[in-house]
Amino acid sequence: MLSLTIILIPIFLFISGASSHQIRINNAERRIDLSTHIVKVFLTLKVENTGKTSASEILLAFPPTQVDHLAFLEALAATGKKKKKTYVSLAVKPTQLPDAPNETNYYTIVLANPLNTGETATLEILYILTHSLEPFPVEISQSESQLVYYRDSALILSPYHIKQQTTFIKIPSNKVESFTRVEPTDRAGNELKYGPYEDRPPYSYSPLLVHFENNNPFSVVEELVREVEISHWGNLQITEQYKLAHAGARHKGIFSRVDYQSKPAFSGVSSFKHLLARLPPRVHSVYYRDEIGNISTSHLRADSWKISELEIEPRYPLFGGWRATFVIGYGLPLEDFLFESSDGRRYLNFTFGCPLVETVVDKLTIKVVLPEGAKGPSAVVPFPVEQRLETKYSYLDVVGRTVVVLEKKNVVPVHNIPFQLYYTFKPIFMLAEPLMLASAFFLFFTACVAYLHVDLSIRK
Amino acid sequence: MVGKTESQNGAVKATAAPAMNLESDLFSNFSFKSFKLKTKQQELLLRVSILGLVYILAFITRLFSVLRYESMIHEFDPYFNYRTTLFLTEKGFYEFWNWFDSESWYPLGRIIGGTLYPGLMVTAAFIYWTLRFLRFAVHIREVCVLTAPFFASNTTVVAYFFGKEIWDSGAGLVAAAFIAICPGYISRSVAGSYDNEGVAIFALLLTFYLFVKAVNTGSLAWALASAFGYFYMVSAWGGYVFIINLIPLYVLVLLITGRYSMRLYVAYNCMYVLGMLLAMQIRFVGFQHVQSGEHMAAMGVFFLMQVFYFLDWVKYMLSDTKLFQAFLRITVTSAVAVGALALGVGTASGYISPWTGRFYSLLDPTYAKDNIPIIASVSEHQPTAWSSFMFDFHILLFLFPAGLYFCFKKLSDATIFIVMYGLTSMYFAGVMVRLILVATPAVCLISAIAVSATIKNLTSLLRTKSKTAVAGSSKGTGGSKASSKASFDQSQPFQKNGAIALLLGAFYLLSKYATHCTWVTSEAYSSPSIVLAARGAHGNRVIFDDYREAYFWLRQNTPPDAKVMSWWDYGYQITAMGNRTVIVDNNTWNNTHIATVGRAMSSYEDEAYEIMRSLDVDYVLVVFGGVTGYSSDDINKFLWMVRIGGGVFPVIKEPDYLVNGDYRVDKGAAPKMLNCLMYKLSYYRFGELVTEYGKPPGYDRARGVEIGNKDIKLEHLEEAFTTSNWIVRIYKVKPPNNRW
Repeated sequence: MLSLTIILIPIFLFISGASSHQIRINNAERRIDLSTHIVKVFLTLKVENTGKTSASEILLAFPPTQVDHLAFLEALAATGKKKKKTYVSLAVKPTQLPDAPNETNYYTIVLANPLNTGETATLEILYILTHSLEPFPVEISQSESQLVYYRDSALILSPYHIKQQTTFIKIPSNKVESFTRVEPTDRAGNELKYGPYEDRPPYSYSPLLVHFENNNPFSVVEELVREVEISHWGNLQITEQYKLAHAGARHKGIFSRVDYQSKPAFSGVSSFKHLLARLPPRVHSVYYRDEIGNISTSHLRADSWKISELEIEPRYPLFGGWRATFVIGYGLPLEDFLFESSDGRRYLNFTFGCPLVETVVDKLTIKVVLPEGAKGPSAVVPFPVEQRLETKYSYLDVVGRTVVVLEKKNVVPVHNIPFQLYYTFKPIFMLAEPLMLASAFFLFFTACVAYLHVDLSIRK
Repeated sequence: MVGKTESQNGAVKATAAPAMNLESDLFSNFSFKSFKLKTKQQELLLRVSILGLVYILAFITRLFSVLRYESMIHEFDPYFNYRTTLFLTEKGFYEFWNWFDSESWYPLGRIIGGTLYPGLMVTAAFIYWTLRFLRFAVHIREVCVLTAPFFASNTTVVAYFFGKEIWDSGAGLVAAAFIAICPGYISRSVAGSYDNEGVAIFALLLTFYLFVKAVNTGSLAWALASAFGYFYMVSAWGGYVFIINLIPLYVLVLLITGRYSMRLYVAYNCMYVLGMLLAMQIRFVGFQHVQSGEHMAAMGVFFLMQVFYFLDWVKYMLSDTKLFQAFLRITVTSAVAVGALALGVGTASGYISPWTGRFYSLLDPTYAKDNIPIIASVSEHQPTAWSSFMFDFHILLFLFPAGLYFCFKKLSDATIFIVMYGLTSMYFAGVMVRLILVATPAVCLISAIAVSATIKNLTSLLRTKSKTAVAGSSKGTGGSKASSKASFDQSQPFQKNGAIALLLGAFYLLSKYATHCTWVTSEAYSSPSIVLAARGAHGNRVIFDDYREAYFWLRQNTPPDAKVMSWWDYGYQITAMGNRTVIVDNNTWNNTHIATVGRAMSSYEDEAYEIMRSLDVDYVLVVFGGVTGYSSDDINKFLWMVRIGGGVFPVIKEPDYLVNGDYRVDKGAAPKMLNCLMYKLSYYRFGELVTEYGKPPGYDRARGVEIGNKDIKLEHLEEAFTTSNWIVRIYKVKPPNNRW
């Protein structure tokens, strides 16, 4: 409870003069989806330029507590009338403002067409927050279900004046322990409605706390290393190392197998034992193991055209706070992922992100192991990632393989979009290793022949 | 299937050698030098390719476990070896040698470097480093899993050379083929059975071969090589004691039978002195070669050799035989007297340690049962049932005496050695099940002599009949005995048909052997025992992976410094797979500590709680087969815990747990049994579970009874984890209650 107050105080007090008076939000509608542990917020803003000059940027404000958990932010501009609406993706970049009140963080949306005086525009904004549901009670026993807090503001934090705003919060079940009332507040089934609120000045803030039941698997991969090894002999070998944890309320006290087996509806409802991984089509040689060996509980539904589904079961059901590390590996046909670009370079077109569904990855590292002799790698990733190069020695390598390492923190399923990695490669290098092997065997046989024909004895 | 084809190869090759001889005889008539060379090359090619096939066969027949299950380490001890190898490859040899392991034998710890035979780990690490250097990106686990099959393959090569040394190359090839698939050896060398024996049998046979070679040639180089072979054996396995006693015994027999020679003198002295010095470099062995009773025979024979040499010299100097006889008597008497005196003084003063219990239990099979329950409790230390001889040797059991007959017919230094090796190891194999392994190479070699000699005789019988024209020359070059026998037998009727029948019979037996070996390997010896497999109701394969489930749970979800108490069987696995500290493990070096755990398991909960508190135990792990019908669980091992615990702490009395001498867990069980910690932990909340249709709840499928205490309350422990098939149950020891 202490942390609660600390978070709430700062922003609420400070209502600063807006940095730009010329933009006004006529209508804001926010839908917060709390049905899984990944919080999705859909924000629809109708902005109007009331100033004298045209505006090309819109600012979005986030309280500091949310900014750390912000995994994804996307803004779309809606154009056209109702039936023929088209969406244009807009550039979003983090911005620092010198007079930001209470460490408010900003993101700037760059509009495609500058907004002239008196014009309006509709912006559809999606952002995703991770680790934003705080389990309370922090520890639960096997028979209890998991209750979590969600904290936000009933009023949308914005540097602009908002004429009218409404917030809808969707929760996974009807079971709500408590929720903050900021009138008008309404509850209908598994949806809470806050608002509409009229004419709120910039930086209005009204803390909001929802305490509700959420038994969805809080599966968090603390660290995921995906290694993609390209072999120009026709195979793409993927090895994924997971450190999985249940990030929900910690399990406390006994784990009773007899309860877990005989009363599945009442026992360990917040635990999970299955995970689903979506693998690319035509996947082959799938394995699922950990440090101490193969894990025999997995099912693969492979299809040559559709996405293959791999259902994995960790060795034991994961209760809150329990961990499991494992490795999934599979091979893919190279022709589905490697292409030649018009300038003669080759590029790998592969999906970023984690194949497990509904899973947050705290730290994702993708290592693309290029074949020996590949040069000039350059990665094209649709969002900012850290990049560096490494060298790896695999079978029969002499100079080592170039490894392009891409790192990103806080990855959610929407990041599962393809990235490209360009490099140049001369096909002659493919022959290096077979030739090495062949010559080694040749030398061996020559030595045998020589040994049989040469008499080395001193005596005669 | 593979085994079958190979055995036919083996049979072909057995006939090949005489065939080649005859062919060469044929060519010798024409006396074309180039042709002759070609035949020799052909024979070489044939021999090398057969040996190559046997080499590959020995490797692949051991891969059943990998195909059936996965590439994993088996059983108990291999997990310790794997863990230490991992440590060695990660930290280097220096750290390994000075490793103090605080994760086992809490709170005592264990000095790993000083209490293990490092040969296996160093070998695996060396292979690993070599492969890494050659840029083969292998994992150390794969190296460890395949070390035993690799060394089994190497053993076949040694067996070939050994067979060639004691008999001929044909016998060598048959021996190689036999040992490649002999179940007695496979049982300890399937892929994943990463144990000392895997490399030790190779080292053992290599040492013997090199020593016999040294005796045959009198060459210092071979003796030196055998000393190094011995060093490798000492570094790999405690069974080296067998070598250091067998070789002196062999030398003694040679001395007694009047086969003393300078060759023997050179071979034994060089091998003993160098081997002893080298063996002292292994920390676990240390100065045992000069201080332990088990090694004194070798030293005695060493001095005896010197006396013999001295006598030889005196005999050479003295021309008077009568004088020499007197001298001989005095010298031998005084030498024996001095030796006995030295031994007596050494033993009395404690300089020479007496024989260990394990050694005693080999000489006297009943010794362990009466005195050392911890040795007797191990299943592989039980006396061998005759059926396991049949199971592990099959036709070799009948061929072995036949081979002995051939050996005695052609007595030489080498055949005396193999006869002695065979007879002594057969005795030890009868004392302990696991020592069948040591007997296997000898049995294979002696049987190979029988097979090779028989088939050679039979085929030359067939050949000579049709080649009477060249019989004269054949007599000169071919196996002289065989051809002379053939010419002698020529008068007998039906001998050709008889030979064919006998040959067919031999092939039939050999192919039966091959099928038997393959079957045994795939059915009996390829189970990792960590993963249990059973047939489901629809014939499908059901896998019980509970052990790893529990160990992985320990590894991931308990504090890193948690101490786990379990019976010692699971100690190595918990440290290797669970990565947690254990109280006792399979290195049963401290009987009191094990007895303490046994006492805790067999006490009432509050008494056990005191013991567990004093040992800082956080978790207790028990293995329970009542749900699945897995019979080697802790309840079935429980009497040994009581016995071992009671051996040190007389408060634990075995009769308290028995009813009229019967061990029961149902309603009629002894009250102490129904309330002891092991019973409670095994059956906690088991009474609520229906295991089998039509049976009352709490029906124990492993013992086929309804349990006697269904209302078990735990006061100081709480269930922390139970695996999906209940095979492993882990309990957390609660902190003490607040006093106010």
